[in-house]
Amino acid sequence: MSVPRSTGPLFTADAANTLRLIGYLAVAIVLMVADHRGAYLPRVRYTLSLAVEPMYRLAALPAQIARESRLVLADRERLTEANTKLGQDLLLAQARLNRLSEVREQNQRLQELLAVQRSLDLGVQLAHIVDIDTDPNRHRLVIDAGANQGVQVGQAVLDATGIMGQVVETLPNISTVMLITDAAHALPVTVERTGMRAIARGTGALDALTLPSVPVSADLKVGDRLLTSGLGGHFPAGFPVGTIREIKPDASGMFAVAAVIPSAALDRSGEVLVLHQLIDAVGPPAPIADTGPPAPPAESPAHKK
Amino acid sequence: MNRTRAHFLLFWGSLFGCYLLQLMPLPQTLLPLKPFWLAIVLIYWALETPEQVTLGLAFLLGLAGDVFAGELLGEQALRLCILCFILLRFRSRLRFFPMWQQSLAVLALLLNDRIVLLMVRAIAGQSPPPASFWLAPLTGALAWPWVFLLFDDLRNRWRARES
Repeated sequence: MSVPRSTGPLFTADAANTLRLIGYLAVAIVLMVADHRGAYLPRVRYTLSLAVEPMYRLAALPAQIARESRLVLADRERLTEANTKLGQDLLLAQARLNRLSEVREQNQRLQELLAVQRSLDLGVQLAHIVDIDTDPNRHRLVIDAGANQGVQVGQAVLDATGIMGQVVETLPNISTVMLITDAAHALPVTVERTGMRAIARGTGALDALTLPSVPVSADLKVGDRLLTSGLGGHFPAGFPVGTIREIKPDASGMFAVAAVIPSAALDRSGEVLVLHQLIDAVGPPAPIADTGPPAPPAESPAHKK
Repeated sequence: MNRTRAHFLLFWGSLFGCYLLQLMPLPQTLLPLKPFWLAIVLIYWALETPEQVTLGLAFLLGLAGDVFAGELLGEQALRLCILCFILLRFRSRLRFFPMWQQSLAVLALLLNDRIVLLMVRAIAGQSPPPASFWLAPLTGALAWPWVFLLFDDLRNRWRARES
């Protein structure tokens, strides 16, 4: 692949080299611009997934081996302890679930009264995190379920404690998730206590989200919990997003900025849940329906709120 | 014959290893310190066996890196091409530098690479990176002597076994 190059300090060789550099730079720039405009890299990656996927698995192997060996070597005492704790947690969760079932029945009745046909049945799929990182400046996860497993771009990804992010790219057996803390990510939330709507933006730090441009007069307190609002149609409503840690005025003094601690364990690896159905199964209606008949009139008051 | 094969294996094996290292997970606190391994190993090969490292190779390696990283096709290709060009230009001087000066040169190259990356990202409309963005070239420069010694040792051993 390498053409023998004259290494002497000849002017011609240098000039040819410079020309070659300019040529390659031009090609690279054309590629980048085309990719930025047309976003065809995912398609290229999809075609090359035969190479990309094994590479990801191979790169994740050492971490996986380390984790598994730690599990094997974990002593009995700790395992017993963990087991007891999990048992207790399960008990608590069961108790809570029992109470919830009552609430669910009630909810069902109310919904029937309102003639709203939505259900909170979650179609979820368990996926494992492939422990690699493609770029420390971006917050992406790779999970081991892809197009062949039915994962689609746009699906929400959760863990036990909250929203983690959304699927942004799928390969045949692997997909990439953008975390909610990615600087390019924003998600619509409501404050649990007051129902106020806001947008939570990623900051690029794994342990912080921010609510920019909140009115100074808004009823926000440190410790308020944020839930997904379901507006925008990407995320289902009612999942915990984070807790407000700090509220301070922004640089202009016209608005307040709230710092939020995400509730999902974003820095830990393990299993995640990929929400199966997109918005039609859960939560409020999408704001604009592209096709189909107009929404029934009963839904519009809920929508306005 | 055997030696060229060993060399071939080492050359491509090291580049393959770079891609793996680039993808390998690290604890959150260490993540910003992860050096651009592909660049460092490419610097080594460009210094030692310049007939193998051409701009075209750098371009193709960069493209492969882009496919693995999945960010912007052509970004690493551009970075590696620039790096490779500067390196081949100053190779004859860099080669006979003492180790610490070489490390400084590597630092300069990696910093330049970061600046190129910053420009690309800024043009692509991304928000400016945190300050820790500039730490990776430092670790790269610190890693350089070890990479250099490791590969030199490996190659010497093969040569010794050969004769």
